[in-house]
Amino acid sequence: MSRNIKSIQDPQLKLDILHPDDVQRIHEATLTIIADTGVRFPSQRALDIWEKNGAQVDRDTMVVKAPAELIEEAIKLCPPAYTLAARDPEQDLPLDGNHVYLGTDGCGVQIIDLYSGELRTSRLQDVADIAAIADATEEIAFHWVPVSAQDKPAESRGLHELKAVWENSTKHVQTESVYNEAEAYAAVEMAKLIAGGSAALRSRPPLSIMQCTASPLGHDGGSLDSALIVAEAGIPVGFMTMASCLTTGPATLAGNLAVGNAEVISAAALIQLAYPGSPFFYAAAQTSSDLRTGAYTGGGPEDYLFGAATNVLADFYDIPLSMGSFATGAKEPNWQAGIDNSLSTFMAGIVMSDMLLGVGLLHGSRIWSYAQMLMDCEIYDIVNSMMKGIPVTEETLALDTIHAVGPHGHFLAQKHTRKHMRELWDPKYMDRRPYEMWLEKGDNAPDWALEKAHQLHESHQPELLDPQIGREFARIIAAVEEK
Amino acid sequence: MNEEIYKAMAQSIIDGEPEEAEKLAIQAVEQGLDPLQAINEGFVPGVDYVGNLFSCGDVFLPDLVMAGEAMKAAVSVLEPEMIKQGTERKMLGTVVIGTIEGDIHDIGKMLVGTMLSASGFKVIDLGVDVPAITLVEKAREESIHDQGVIIGISSLLTTTMVRQRDVIEALEDMGLRDSIKVMVGGAPVTRDWVEEIGADGFSEDATGAVAVAKELLKVA
Repeated sequence: MSRNIKSIQDPQLKLDILHPDDVQRIHEATLTIIADTGVRFPSQRALDIWEKNGAQVDRDTMVVKAPAELIEEAIKLCPPAYTLAARDPEQDLPLDGNHVYLGTDGCGVQIIDLYSGELRTSRLQDVADIAAIADATEEIAFHWVPVSAQDKPAESRGLHELKAVWENSTKHVQTESVYNEAEAYAAVEMAKLIAGGSAALRSRPPLSIMQCTASPLGHDGGSLDSALIVAEAGIPVGFMTMASCLTTGPATLAGNLAVGNAEVISAAALIQLAYPGSPFFYAAAQTSSDLRTGAYTGGGPEDYLFGAATNVLADFYDIPLSMGSFATGAKEPNWQAGIDNSLSTFMAGIVMSDMLLGVGLLHGSRIWSYAQMLMDCEIYDIVNSMMKGIPVTEETLALDTIHAVGPHGHFLAQKHTRKHMRELWDPKYMDRRPYEMWLEKGDNAPDWALEKAHQLHESHQPELLDPQIGREFARIIAAVEEK
Repeated sequence: MNEEIYKAMAQSIIDGEPEEAEKLAIQAVEQGLDPLQAINEGFVPGVDYVGNLFSCGDVFLPDLVMAGEAMKAAVSVLEPEMIKQGTERKMLGTVVIGTIEGDIHDIGKMLVGTMLSASGFKVIDLGVDVPAITLVEKAREESIHDQGVIIGISSLLTTTMVRQRDVIEALEDMGLRDSIKVMVGGAPVTRDWVEEIGADGFSEDATGAVAVAKELLKVA
């Protein structure tokens, strides 16, 4: 099994989505929001840090108003580049601005069963199975917790999930499912075991943690405490805004970007004030709410535009970005899923968002589909291929070959063709068969993707985790459950 | 003459203008109009009109919410007058809502509250991070003088969703399960979960929640 990770590198395509003046205006609006409107930080730990650094703190409302200089100075402390480490060092992921990596989506609550096809509540074994299949793909570079282990107690669920992923994959884990103090301390202990001690955890963190903001202009107390706890240990931390036009953000796109930016940037400043220079990443999955239901849409032109615009903001601050792409609102792998996931991934990919989240979920990140997971990998593969652009050289212009074939010939028997044909993209799940064959077989892409998932599930044996570490994990989790 | 002000009242709801609705309500009080009549013949037709447009897909959710806000503004002026006169608006029922303990996500619950209130339910919003027992206590208190009481529980996280079950268990322990209905909501809530915990209903969006509440109290 290949340990190769297929990242997007050396992009040949470009997209101008925001003029530098526009970025500056969004930045200034953001600073005004943080200074005058304020952002809510419902954590004593966080409020103490803000107060110590001279921000205006209202202990009753827990709203913090921080002057522009404080925010700007703090943000500068974020490291522009660092590495997300893996159990297997060959699978380390340098976040250096020249790589785009793909992750699994999270955190679903239901799953289309791999074999029965039944839609059911997700459980721990699903987390393990998905991690193992992701481990086997070249496209998926790192994990989120894909679905919730709802057969485990709420207070330790995030730790069971972490254990399951690490036991089934050598790739980096970014969890979005650790958001209380006890779990955060335990997650640090678990990450130390994987890394091999406190110093190693700092230099090669095998775990990163993503927290959600509470839009508009707020944070969750457990998330803030968890982020501060893991940041102290050197684990990279990110905050994801999902501020959505109409409901948790203004109806206008620029205003929605400013709200989301204020949430993420204020969190980045907090982390830097507490632990200067600690690795931080920007995370976003902004979209528009549905005009009729108010629901999170996970698609549509606004969603795709945000996918590209957010990286311009993250670049402005020189912070790596974990960008929500994919995550269609479609209920099954279909037309809508194809459009949503292709366009959002193309837009987030072309601007070189460092991390793309992620493959596999339907219905606005609620339902896991193995078929969608592997078809999403193919979408990523298409974008990756497009990002190579059209190289124009003597060799690629192929004048000699064109001359040799001349009018009325064909290129199939040319050495030049044989030399370069493997540079052309070869689909796994696109139907290019003759019509009659399609009619006879009656199968489609989701059937092939599912068959591939079966095959990977049955054949791929992830590299085993040291059983001693597994036992230590179990002990750490049990200690949290006993409290 | 009253026709004119009633029409203006309905229009203030349709336009979603709380200031205008409040102004008209104050005007009605000053003119000595019956506050109950002002609500039922002035403002409510506006709510019904917007509701119908919404059902036809002709207006969007913000139109509905703004109509709800305008209605709230009018009622807050007229309610104290009704109390003075000893009259009471006939409500469809009482819904005690809150986001469950450990969860601070507000917006879905807030939307459900606004829609229920605009549709004629008395809504008691206990806010976010609400312990199960607080919801149950409040509902019990309301059930003393109201036949139709529903508890509406919201959660956005799978880890807090489990506490929706606590509300149902608390109702059972207190012998109130037959008299108080429970509806649940939030992104991770599925039909399977609703059946597992034995809740009476759920909805994936705010307008759907109104239909469920009406069905549960048989006031459709």
